[in-house]
Amino acid sequence: MQTTVTARATLRHTEGLHARPSVKLTKTAKLFQSRIEFALSEEGPWIDAKSILKVMAARAPRDTILAIRAAGPDAERAVDAIVRLIETDFAEERPE
Amino acid sequence: MSDVSLPSRHFKGRPASPGLAEGPIVVYRTGAAASAPGLGDAGWADLDLAIALTAERLAALRSAARNEQAADILDFQVEVLSDPTLIDSLARARTEGQPPAEAWTSALGLEIAGLRGSPDDYFRERASDLEDLRDRLLQQLAGAANDELSLPQRAILLARDLAPSRFLEIQWGPGHGLALMEGSPTAHVAMLARARGVAVAVGLGAIATRPGSIGLLDGTGGELILDPSPDDRRAAASRNAVTPPAVPAVIRPGPRPSIACTGDGTAIELMVNLNELAELDHLDPADVDGIGLVRTEFLFARAGLNDGHFPDEATQLDAYRRILAWAEGRRVVIRTLDAGGDKPIPGYTDMGGMNPFLGLRGVRLSLARPEPFRTQVRALLRAAADGPLDILIPMVTVPEELAAVRRIIEEEAAVLDRAGTAHGRPRLGMMVEVPAAALTLDRFDADFASIGSNDLAQYTMAAGRDDGAVSGLADVAQPAVLALIDSAVVHARHRSLGLGLCGDAAGNAAQIPLLIRHGLRSFSMPARALASVAQAIAAVDLGGGT
Repeated sequence: MQTTVTARATLRHTEGLHARPSVKLTKTAKLFQSRIEFALSEEGPWIDAKSILKVMAARAPRDTILAIRAAGPDAERAVDAIVRLIETDFAEERPE
Repeated sequence: MSDVSLPSRHFKGRPASPGLAEGPIVVYRTGAAASAPGLGDAGWADLDLAIALTAERLAALRSAARNEQAADILDFQVEVLSDPTLIDSLARARTEGQPPAEAWTSALGLEIAGLRGSPDDYFRERASDLEDLRDRLLQQLAGAANDELSLPQRAILLARDLAPSRFLEIQWGPGHGLALMEGSPTAHVAMLARARGVAVAVGLGAIATRPGSIGLLDGTGGELILDPSPDDRRAAASRNAVTPPAVPAVIRPGPRPSIACTGDGTAIELMVNLNELAELDHLDPADVDGIGLVRTEFLFARAGLNDGHFPDEATQLDAYRRILAWAEGRRVVIRTLDAGGDKPIPGYTDMGGMNPFLGLRGVRLSLARPEPFRTQVRALLRAAADGPLDILIPMVTVPEELAAVRRIIEEEAAVLDRAGTAHGRPRLGMMVEVPAAALTLDRFDADFASIGSNDLAQYTMAAGRDDGAVSGLADVAQPAVLALIDSAVVHARHRSLGLGLCGDAAGNAAQIPLLIRHGLRSFSMPARALASVAQAIAAVDLGGGT
């Protein structure tokens, strides 16, 4: 197993992990081969970032500091992409 | 059918989308029972195919959906169909020899139960989206999918609840109403229905109908009447007589085409707040539909109130006339002195109160110390001779306060009449910034109303907006604040009352789409926010979907 890459990001989205940001998160995670997980605290429980059902079940509210970890061939890039997505507030401006 | 005519039966719920419809009751058959023919024989390959076909069908609905929330829900449902957790648990069930329909139902059942147990309305509503997905797939598996429900030209659709994706599949027309035994006025289906102009009542409770029942759905009163009598019809019609047409602009249209429009062409009234006369010098009246809020405190600050001197009638009249001249016939809303709370005036407001926000402020102070208020009223009445002028009263909490103000205005108008002084008849409006006013807006004798989002949020959330430690709570996007706004919107539509919003939220481009979706069509904001808000309005699409 490859090394695990970790990071943290603060959830700024007004509504927390509602459907729209959650779908963006899982879609982004699925772009990578690595196993990607996040947790509401470092102690876990760790949540599969590719599973919309698990992500929604986390019900993470606004201002939660999410711990993120990934393991796999593209772990570094995966964590970067997830952190960027969360920190840019899920790119809420919707390009039409 | 019996020859004896049954007494009409009233089911009282909550209004969710205004309007009136009458027709045969069509009972919505929800989902496929697990015993539906065909399900027992379905194999795992059938389930795989059903998943693929359901994903395809939802994606098609998604690409046709012009409503943001509906699109979000459909995206969510499509994403669930490829959820690795779900696929894993189905694979396990398969190796254990479980029948596929049962495996699917129990896998989703766990997730539905989890969301149902959430303390948050939002997540409980997502449980309904998963139930919808579960039933939709079972229908597909049973070979019963893709039967689009078509209603007769006039009909009331009766359902326990209705998922947004189901709503979007129905061809709604002007003769249709929707009666939901459960549901909430803030649910997405209610928003979709308002955008489509379909009358909806929710929370009606269990309803058993006979075949051939006729229903009268009153979306304004929030009621379903089975086999209505002529009297029922008359009463419902009079309740709905004042309801504006489908997709109503809550605000009466201005004399000219609106400055701002949503992407689907809904006119939005775009107005500017005025804190100082000098601000007019940097503003072009052509850029706005009017002035939605003149804070007259500036006049009082200038006059050196510390000495206990209020600006006299002539000084005030001058200022108001300048504003009306600038507006060139556009709407001008002038708020009477809103002192107290965060705007103390030494020598006038009560400086010793325990909590100035819960004390003698706004109209309470105006009525307690009526002389300065009467002077302001006279100046406003006289200015109203020059053009359209709306008087806005701050901090109104109970109908008696507004009634007292109306009496004072009438008395001062009579004084001006007797003196032969020219004056106009301004419209009288109230701020909606106390939750009590938002909840009971239909009881006030107001000509229009304007939501003060800052105070409404802080009074609702018990969080002072000046206290950084809790100011995040005092947010108009909080569900409780939005529920009060919904209440005010429903009352205002019922009464054909113009309702706008003039707090900080109106100048926050990020919050405008949310407020529009909650039914507001008029915003007044600081001049610097006009451009970004107009842009945000144009990006909103209220279209109802397919």
